[in-house]
Amino acid sequence: MAPEAKSGIVDRLRNIDRRIIFIFVAASVVIPLMFPLGLPLKSSPPSRALFQEIESLQRGSVVLMAFDYDPATEVELGPMSLAILKHCFRKGHKVVGLALWPQGAGLARATFSEAGSDYNVKYGVDYVNLGFKAGGLVVIDSLGKSFHESFPKDVDGTPLEDLPLMKNINTYADIDFVMSMSAGDPGLPFWIMMAQGRYGKKVGGGCTAVSAPMLYPYYPNQLVGLLGGMKGAAEYELLVGEKGAATKGMDAQSIAHALIVLFVIIGNIFYFVGKRRAKRGGGVI
Amino acid sequence: MRREIPLIITFVCGITMIVQFFIPHEPFGSMKSYFQQSYMIIAAFAMILGICNLTKLHVNKIRYKRPHWGYSIVLLAGLAGMTIPGLFVGAIKEGGIFDFLFKNVHVPMQSTMFSLLAFFVASASYRAFRARTLDAALLLVAGFIVMLGRAPIGDAMTSFLPEGGQMSDVANWIMAVPNTAGQRAIMMGAGLGVVATSLRVILGIERSYLGGD
Amino acid sequence: MLDSILEAVTFVSVRYKDTKEQRLLRRELHVIFGICARQRLGFNLSVIRIRALRVLLPVVVVVLVILGATTVFPVGSSSSNAPPRPPIGIALQDRPNDAGGAIEITWEASKDDSRGRGTVNSYSIYRSEQPQSGFVKIKTVSSGKEEYRYNDEEVENDKRYYYRVTAETSSDAFSDSGVVGPVTASPQWFHSDRWNMLIALLIVSASVLTFITLARKGKDLYIRPIAGLQAVDEAVGRATEMGRPVLYVPGILDMDDVQTIAGVAILGRVARKTAEYETSLLVPVSRSVVMSAAQETVKEAYWDMGKADAYHPDMVRYITDDQFGFAAGVDGIMLREKPATVFFQGAFYAESLILAETGHSIGAVQIAGTAMTSQLPFFVTACDYTLIGEELFAAGAYLTEDPRLVGSLKGQDVAKGLAIAFIVIGIILETAGYHWLTNFLKVN
Repeated sequence: MAPEAKSGIVDRLRNIDRRIIFIFVAASVVIPLMFPLGLPLKSSPPSRALFQEIESLQRGSVVLMAFDYDPATEVELGPMSLAILKHCFRKGHKVVGLALWPQGAGLARATFSEAGSDYNVKYGVDYVNLGFKAGGLVVIDSLGKSFHESFPKDVDGTPLEDLPLMKNINTYADIDFVMSMSAGDPGLPFWIMMAQGRYGKKVGGGCTAVSAPMLYPYYPNQLVGLLGGMKGAAEYELLVGEKGAATKGMDAQSIAHALIVLFVIIGNIFYFVGKRRAKRGGGVI
Repeated sequence: MRREIPLIITFVCGITMIVQFFIPHEPFGSMKSYFQQSYMIIAAFAMILGICNLTKLHVNKIRYKRPHWGYSIVLLAGLAGMTIPGLFVGAIKEGGIFDFLFKNVHVPMQSTMFSLLAFFVASASYRAFRARTLDAALLLVAGFIVMLGRAPIGDAMTSFLPEGGQMSDVANWIMAVPNTAGQRAIMMGAGLGVVATSLRVILGIERSYLGGD
Repeated sequence: MLDSILEAVTFVSVRYKDTKEQRLLRRELHVIFGICARQRLGFNLSVIRIRALRVLLPVVVVVLVILGATTVFPVGSSSSNAPPRPPIGIALQDRPNDAGGAIEITWEASKDDSRGRGTVNSYSIYRSEQPQSGFVKIKTVSSGKEEYRYNDEEVENDKRYYYRVTAETSSDAFSDSGVVGPVTASPQWFHSDRWNMLIALLIVSASVLTFITLARKGKDLYIRPIAGLQAVDEAVGRATEMGRPVLYVPGILDMDDVQTIAGVAILGRVARKTAEYETSLLVPVSRSVVMSAAQETVKEAYWDMGKADAYHPDMVRYITDDQFGFAAGVDGIMLREKPATVFFQGAFYAESLILAETGHSIGAVQIAGTAMTSQLPFFVTACDYTLIGEELFAAGAYLTEDPRLVGSLKGQDVAKGLAIAFIVIGIILETAGYHWLTNFLKVN
């Protein structure tokens, strides 16, 4: 009786209702957000490389920043965009923003205004938001010919000629560094292919944690630096010296990751217990 | 002829795109952007087809009271609720109805869908990550290191180790060396697959996307 | 004042070929003025420094006079209004590898660029068709770089053009590079940086075509079994037995992605099976062009199998272009329709696990295939079978066993073998310090 009951428990735990797992995951995220642990953080080489690139640009350099994401991935890519923009404004760089994702234009607007609030920057002089343009790769390619033809007006409908910053910017030759905050397609791979491959510009940026392994092969030759997911964003916040949303999320991420590792270990224990029982009792796993 | 014409168009367009890559001289030089722009125009018109298909499907579902037809009402209401303000009340003006719906309905719903990933990763890994073989066990250990190393907890657990040997350093090494090597191998294989598939399509050998063998 | 004098001395030293003595002088000046500045701020000076000051100051004054008051004073008195030194090394050339109509102008920064002393804040480029007159400003470029490059794309082919580049300060002082030219623009018939790509294309194509020809002639070609594709029949049969539909998702990208084409091609095979078994088929898509293509594919497949009556356009349904909206839509279909078999074949991003986990929760047999490397682990975890990378592109050949398609796979393998050989040789050459192969293989 006893072994059967044990076996029943093992089976039940092996095939546990996934909603129970979901509750644990939710708790592992919510509790550290409410009661932060303040675990120390250190930066990784790709994050440092991106930071160094922006740090080493001359004051007044022009940085092109593509907001290639949507609200779904805003949680990961928003904080890193904000930290990078703050860094650019602090160093006195000019930023040209655009979006290859329709909802990226609106998110760019919010991020620019948040980053700009701490610095003495002016729209049209220190930064512009060119808005969204459909076409992905075609748009990136067309910027090599003319920014003014690809984006005749900015996100608010102001002609580019009326924006002082855009008067001397028309092709990639007028841009010092290209970045894409990339949630997928179109995103960083396209910028690498076109802006880096074809027009020889230095390209860097950030991506979701899910797509980071796919973009690692491009670093450091085709991609000068890369921020991967919320951890990358937190690392950049650390480098810039401004703790933001990503740093706050690190404790939650730590506990959630540890919990998943724990689940996998428990799952394996039950798997091996079940396997041994099956061997002994001749059952099938 | 019904099948030959698409095959001829495919062949001509495919060969032209290959040729323009090597010949910058006109008329080839501007062919690429011409084709790409044509595709965008076709895609924009095809969007109308897509919306018509969606609307027809769900209107019919409601009309014939097919199972779960209530969801179709929600869908059509959502479609109209975002499209009408977008088209007629001023699309992306800050503070408008569209902007309000975007910020307060669309953004939270999108974030919710994306955050499901965290839950599903947990349940999938609990169920499927098993150290069945030595290879699987090695992968599992690498997975643990990367997961813990990609969050501050990894370094907190290995803070007694010297700098350079902590969890995040090992995770970075795994990402930069074995992961990159594997990814590159798959990418190269897939790249050759893309070339071969494209050749098959251009030469009309692969025509199942047109429905036939 | 301090800056002006230092600038004057620097100007003089550069003008007179910056001898060792003058560099020494400049350093001494820095020391002297540094001491003066600190003294003014109330720092304590050591006796030694004051002595040095007493000795050096007369020397400096004498040297300044000797080096020529005529040169120093105009510069030193109003450095910001003085013309900066001109840009150097102006080079013109027809922009290589283009369709013509463009001239590339490159130059090095003026010595007074912001990377140097900082008085130059922009450069202006002027163009004319005559060397003496008619120059029109065509572009102003901000300063701050070491090298400058500008492509003038407003020129006509085979016409002679002359250029001038001026360095300008904020107070409108400028200096001219002088006239450079003539240069003409012309189109090229071959992209000279792409020989390597042409050779690679010819090798791959020749290899693929050779094996297609061999296969056509009846040569027996072996392809390794792919478990996911062997299971297609069984998976569709399972749906038939259970009386439930088959769900097929051809990725979330548009028809211009080859993975989507491969996905739609496999859909053609699966649709033939569902037509044969009279099983219902659901194909949700996230792009309207894919919807049209998939509808056509499914329709043709049903007609070919003599089951035209069983086909309905609603089998293929457009949901939304939005990534997670699409994921929510497909999840909803899965939960309501409970398909027995689910195919994910094409390009997927972060929605891959959301879809595959939902499919698993309803107990469906799932066969995935993608070349998106970051999504492969999710599919491998949550699906029963996964086609990895190139297996997705090989699926069409495998499912039909058409000799021409199988032949193309063999050709692809030969190309892969060559790629591996190049990698190995490249590693050896690079390790030995020879870079010619790497340079040759660089893609431009």
